[in-house]
Amino acid sequence: MKQFAGTATLAAMALAAGIATAAAQDSIKVGVIQPLTGAFAASGNYVANGAKIAADEINAKGGVLGKKLELVIEDNKSNPTEAAAVAEKLIVRDKVPVIMGAWGSGFTLAIMPKLMEYKVPMLVETSSAGKITTSGNPYIFRISPPSAVEAVAFAKIVDKLKIGKADFLVVNNDWGRGAAEDFGKMFKQHNIQVGLVETMDPPAQDMSAQLAKIKASDADTLIITTAVEQLTLIFKQAAALGLKKRIITTGGSQNPDQLIEQAGAAANDTTHITFFTPWNPNVSADPAMAKAFIAEWNKRGYPFAGLTESFRGYDGIRTIAAAITKAGKADPEAIRAAFWQIELNGMNGKIKFEKAGPAGQESGQSNPGIYLIKIENGKVVLPSV
Amino acid sequence: MAGPTPEGHVDQFLQHLLNAVMLGGTYALLGIGLTLIFGIMRVVNFAHGELYAFGAYTVYLVAAALGLNFFLGLAAAVIAGALLGALIEVVLLRPMRSADIDTVMLVMIGAWIVMQNTELFVWGGVAKAIVTPFPDAPLVIGPVSISWLRVFVVAAALLLIVASDLLIHRTKLGKAMRATFQDAETAALMGVNIKGIFTATFAIGSALAAAAGALLGPVFLVTPTMGDLASLKAFAIVILGGLGNITGATIGGFILAFVEEIGAGYISSGYRDAMGFLIIILVLLFKPTGLFARAERVG
Repeated sequence: MKQFAGTATLAAMALAAGIATAAAQDSIKVGVIQPLTGAFAASGNYVANGAKIAADEINAKGGVLGKKLELVIEDNKSNPTEAAAVAEKLIVRDKVPVIMGAWGSGFTLAIMPKLMEYKVPMLVETSSAGKITTSGNPYIFRISPPSAVEAVAFAKIVDKLKIGKADFLVVNNDWGRGAAEDFGKMFKQHNIQVGLVETMDPPAQDMSAQLAKIKASDADTLIITTAVEQLTLIFKQAAALGLKKRIITTGGSQNPDQLIEQAGAAANDTTHITFFTPWNPNVSADPAMAKAFIAEWNKRGYPFAGLTESFRGYDGIRTIAAAITKAGKADPEAIRAAFWQIELNGMNGKIKFEKAGPAGQESGQSNPGIYLIKIENGKVVLPSV
Repeated sequence: MAGPTPEGHVDQFLQHLLNAVMLGGTYALLGIGLTLIFGIMRVVNFAHGELYAFGAYTVYLVAAALGLNFFLGLAAAVIAGALLGALIEVVLLRPMRSADIDTVMLVMIGAWIVMQNTELFVWGGVAKAIVTPFPDAPLVIGPVSISWLRVFVVAAALLLIVASDLLIHRTKLGKAMRATFQDAETAALMGVNIKGIFTATFAIGSALAAAAGALLGPVFLVTPTMGDLASLKAFAIVILGGLGNITGATIGGFILAFVEEIGAGYISSGYRDAMGFLIIILVLLFKPTGLFARAERVG
């Protein structure tokens, strides 16, 4: 009897192990690293939810290579150290062959050495610091526009805006300083003078000092690069100081609906460079896909304001799925090679990776389109420029 | 590249000065609560910033989510802050009375993490804005302008500072608090209820932090991580003014605001926060007990 029990246990264990193996074979794991808690929790959760919609959609159509796409979502806690730690966990313990992440440029940069170490590719969905694709990391494939690409796209319309002289107010990190540099360079080529370049710490809440200085300058336009929380504060504080200059924001993390709700009248007459236009999906690169995504987002009860972030997760997972399909197997090196060959429609243009960075170890960079929107009387309008 | 005119320079300086006064009042309020708790209880309160966030969320709950009166929200935040502070003292700190300062510090770091994540769980990560009854159009005085809300915030902060000073120097509770600060054992022998004093001190300190959050929540935005920066500033102010020194914390708050504002305006905005900490390093090097060490310390 004792022996029987032992055999039965063994059989059960073997069965359980078999089921576990079968389950593992039935799915392809994709690592997702986003700030789900901490300062950027709101944006990170939007991107993660967009990623889930893409995965559910793909799985409903039969998955990838006949297997289910399984997202393993990890929290970088809005902290670069955590970002590197969870990347290692995803690669070593979960054995994911590809990762999507990690929202902020600082988090992405912290993960990059781990990708080199373990030879696993990462799709970058949001970060826009230039050096992510120029530092010679062949495991990086980026679908978000770095500020240099954004500046080049903006150059096509900048003459029509008739800017004489511009001041900058940017967040003091790779993202903000990079934007000031790239837009400043582009402005000079278009005979637009560059005045003050003021910075603010990422968690700073009181920008009155910088704004008082900008108020006293003779520039007619103020270019701002930071995320929605700080923009809300800047608009309110600029209104309190009576600052009357044209304001243009860059970077695509402005979340215009949240600005309208929280900054109120102070957000009126501001102009924003965005990468997705949920207010008018018809101008998107693939209107039918955009409409379907927006409908699913609403159906799941997520806030409309999150769409300007969540589409990045949606496009990112679809790009990864396309690469795995092309690779024919869930193997890091095969997926890395496949990223170079794929071409698909994103919400803001064709996703196709071009070589960026030093020869021999190039990163992939896709060059999406940008959209200019304006807030007028508490509404988002798409000016025709 | 023509710079501002000479009048422009004067106007800019006046605006910086006004901004510094506005910021200083709230910095002082943050510092007082923290210094009071350290001075009397020898507790390094890492949860101070979370009580600040708690105050802000209470106003949001009352004024925005429930749609009640904004000033009622402020009052509710102060009372709720005091009650939460008393609860923390009784549950977490009272059993730790004989533990050393490092152990208590770890407990407070734990409280900080739990409170911050509870806020994230309850309210989500999206920043909340509180609408106030004050007009959007700023108050314009000649070349400078300021929002009405900030004028109110500074007035309320100064009122609270004066009220805490009166409480400590003019009431029986204040006298008992000062006696406990000087020598807890002797005070106990004289019939002071030390346990009660500790609870009252932590409740008052917490209420001040909640009041600062309630006043600044509408000025800025309410987020689960808003307390981190507040904690950092509060510790800076307390070190500047001397640990346990209420007058020092008040003046320290204004000094920090002035240094940050002028530093950001005329030296480099990227180093705005570094300016404040540069001053702190200098204070620690040359006057390690704080700028106002010889001034009166809670009594």
